[in-house]
Amino acid sequence: MMDDEEMTLNLLPLNSPATVTRLTCQGADRRRMFDLGILPGARIAAVSRSPLGDPTAYRVRGAVIALRREQAEQIFVAPAAPQTVGQERGGAGRDG
Amino acid sequence: MAEVNTQRLLETAERLRAEIGTELHDRLSEAIYADAARIAERAVVRAGEERRLSWDILLDRLLTSRAFGFPIMLLLLTATFWITIAGANVPSALLGQLTQVTLYGWLHQAANAVNAPWWLSGLLIDGVYLAMAWVFSVMLPPMAIFFPLFTLLEDFGYLPRVAFNLDRLFKRAGAHGKQSLTMMMGWGCNAAGVVSTRIIDSPRERLIAILTNNFSICNGRWPTLILMGTIFIGATAPPALASFYAAASVVTVAVLGIVFTLLVSAFLSRTWLRGEASHFSLELPPYRPPRILQTLYTSLIDRTLIVLKRAMIMAAPAGAVIWLISNVTIGGTSVAGHLVALLNPIGLLIGLNGVILLAYIVAIPANEIIIPTILMLTLNLARSSLAQQGVMLEMEDGQIYEVLTRHGGWTLLTAVNLMLFSLLHNPCSTTLLTIWQETRSRRWTAVAALLPLTIGFGATLLTATIARLMGWA
Amino acid sequence: MADTNRTIASTETAACGSCTRCSTGPLTRLGVHIGSWDFVIALAGNPNTGKSTLFNALTGLRQHVGNWPGKTVARAEGGLTFNEKRYKLIDLPGTYSLLSASADEEVARDFLLFGRPDVTIVVTDATCLERNLGLVLQVLEITDRVVIALNLMDEARRRGIEVDARSLSRDLGVPVVPTAARRGAGIRELLSAVEEVALGAYPARRRHLRYTDRALETAVRSLIAQIEALFPGLPNAEWVALRLLEGDESILRAVQDGTLGKLAQGGAPAGAAPLEAN
Ligand SMILES: Nc1nc2c(ncn2[C@@H]2O[C@H](COP(=O)(O)OP(=O)(O)O)[C@@H](O)[C@H]2O)c(=O)[nH]1
Ligand SMILES: [Mg+2]
Repeated sequence: MMDDEEMTLNLLPLNSPATVTRLTCQGADRRRMFDLGILPGARIAAVSRSPLGDPTAYRVRGAVIALRREQAEQIFVAPAAPQTVGQERGGAGRDG
Repeated sequence: MAEVNTQRLLETAERLRAEIGTELHDRLSEAIYADAARIAERAVVRAGEERRLSWDILLDRLLTSRAFGFPIMLLLLTATFWITIAGANVPSALLGQLTQVTLYGWLHQAANAVNAPWWLSGLLIDGVYLAMAWVFSVMLPPMAIFFPLFTLLEDFGYLPRVAFNLDRLFKRAGAHGKQSLTMMMGWGCNAAGVVSTRIIDSPRERLIAILTNNFSICNGRWPTLILMGTIFIGATAPPALASFYAAASVVTVAVLGIVFTLLVSAFLSRTWLRGEASHFSLELPPYRPPRILQTLYTSLIDRTLIVLKRAMIMAAPAGAVIWLISNVTIGGTSVAGHLVALLNPIGLLIGLNGVILLAYIVAIPANEIIIPTILMLTLNLARSSLAQQGVMLEMEDGQIYEVLTRHGGWTLLTAVNLMLFSLLHNPCSTTLLTIWQETRSRRWTAVAALLPLTIGFGATLLTATIARLMGWA
Repeated sequence: MADTNRTIASTETAACGSCTRCSTGPLTRLGVHIGSWDFVIALAGNPNTGKSTLFNALTGLRQHVGNWPGKTVARAEGGLTFNEKRYKLIDLPGTYSLLSASADEEVARDFLLFGRPDVTIVVTDATCLERNLGLVLQVLEITDRVVIALNLMDEARRRGIEVDARSLSRDLGVPVVPTAARRGAGIRELLSAVEEVALGAYPARRRHLRYTDRALETAVRSLIAQIEALFPGLPNAEWVALRLLEGDESILRAVQDGTLGKLAQGGAPAGAAPLEAN
């Protein structure tokens, strides 16, 4: 286990939940990620890989979104304990 | 005056932007999403199972799996065409009988009864009416089966999965992953396919999608493929397998279209349209049970009939033109005869013939009328016992085969190359107009027209040469 | 007119079979037969949330619906009357945000910002509400004449998701109506809410942008003044000012090539901007 080691999303194994920690993309690309609900604090898990190995489909905030490796490399995640998958928390989680 | 002010506005904005800092954008949008998260947290009382319904997951695993993803795509495509071809066979023949024999006979009787001059009844019945009747009987049954089937797959949510499976190939070709969605829209109509490229953000990748959309066989071209597949390819198989052979040949051409889409995309993205790959993300919506009745209704009424209407409207003047060029003579030979003689050398060189090339010129407004045009021209020129000048008699699929092979001199090579050329030629005029509207560029519109045409001549020349060298034709 | 109109009695029965709730009513679907209208209603929302399905349910038309994001790339118009008021309804391409700009999203953005709809229905997916709220909040920054359709409620329920429409409405300051467009559920309630907002009867609370920093506020004010002088009648000058400050390329381009000027004069914008090669 890699515990709470930060890694890029493309390295996340299938079906192991994680939390987005930061995005390295800027500008329009960053906004596109936000649009899809991919922002720090979001729970994310890889659910399936395309037959040719890329892109990968991720489950995030109730939707399934496919990203190419290039996009996934710009997203950093920290693995989350599997039993908490059910209780997705709100996004940025600044206040409650 | 306005120019000056616009300039000043932009300058002011730029100055202020420098003062405020460049991260304003991120600040604003991050604030919005923090708000959204807070509000959602209050409003969503119960988050439900985070996991999707289990059959949804299972289905995705199957339809996008390493082992089955591609075979299933191929299987679904083949099944779609097999059902289309097997199902359209009988109704097409019945409609052909009804419109080209029964109704056609009545019309001529009526014309005789009122003593209509020969040129008038010829122009209207043997020209306009017959062309429309042909389009009707050749197009209606397959389209009435194909559209609903395809729409069911679309409604179910399969299309984004295809895009998901194919993306890697499109990426290798330097194209956007959503291009496969626009490609599938092109399978209905290329003009619609071109408009659908709006979903691609990057102008460069969008242009690649526009220029290659023509490699998606459209509704005007499916009937040509289906007919050729049925009477030339299917006929080479044992009767039980005939419609399967026919379907397989149509699917082969469709897949070849995908191959050309990828190759030409790769070519464009390495030459005239070089650039960075832009952001790609694709939502895979949950599978939804298609609404069968509604799908049937909308795809029959809205798609099939609209498509058919357009085809008939295009067929009417084309029929008149065909009759005229077959009956107006210069120096003892009809205009059509002269044109065909002119086009024959190059046509035969590429395994087609002058009639087919002339048909493609007549059919620039709409691919739908290719088959009727070819048949009418072949018959008219042959002045066979089946046809007087400009007249066509009863023809079912078997007889089409007779007409083409006996009077037109067709071989298997002609049929195969017609299928190839049907895939690889200029887009119809509607599509070209749409390309111009979307790009506002004459240059790219010209490229869109000439590129596939060049490839078409090259490909058919290649197959014809090989066939000749091998002694097949 | 009445002869071309289909009444709710016939169509709704066809749509939901045993439903007796709405056997008579004030809704008439007009299809494309709209000569004049009292209000223009825009249908906005993320892709694949059921905008076209809702549009069809409201107008009796048959806009193409497909289960994938990107099915609608151009505007469609239709009409209906409800309680003797005539509404023109505009189905827009899906958009995740008013800022992202592919050509289809630009069609939606331009209409929402510059097409002067009287009411904007933002169609949201109840199964992934949070993500949908991004667009909702952006729309609320430019107008408070908004109704939220909380669509796909049937699917949400099936997945065990429960959304409190009241709490949402309280937080957003606009009406929120749960719907299941595919079954025609919630249509009537949605129209009542639209009517209320259109007539100005709903006590909406505008969510004004809060400027946390002075410099930004001054900058925006000075740009607004210039924009309004340059494009008289352009709605949402503040939004444009902010985009210019951010350096939003598609808005910079719209200023430069005069598109914005046309939008200021001409009410409804045309289709997608042509693609610029190179
Ligand atoms: N179960 C369910 N499906 C819906 C509902 N509304 C729309 N859909 C489906 O969602 C998909 C997307 O619908 P569409 O109207 O094209 O969405 P648009 O992209 O927002 O215009 C289609 O498959 C619809 O049949 C709904 O209320 N319930
Ligand atoms: Mg739509």
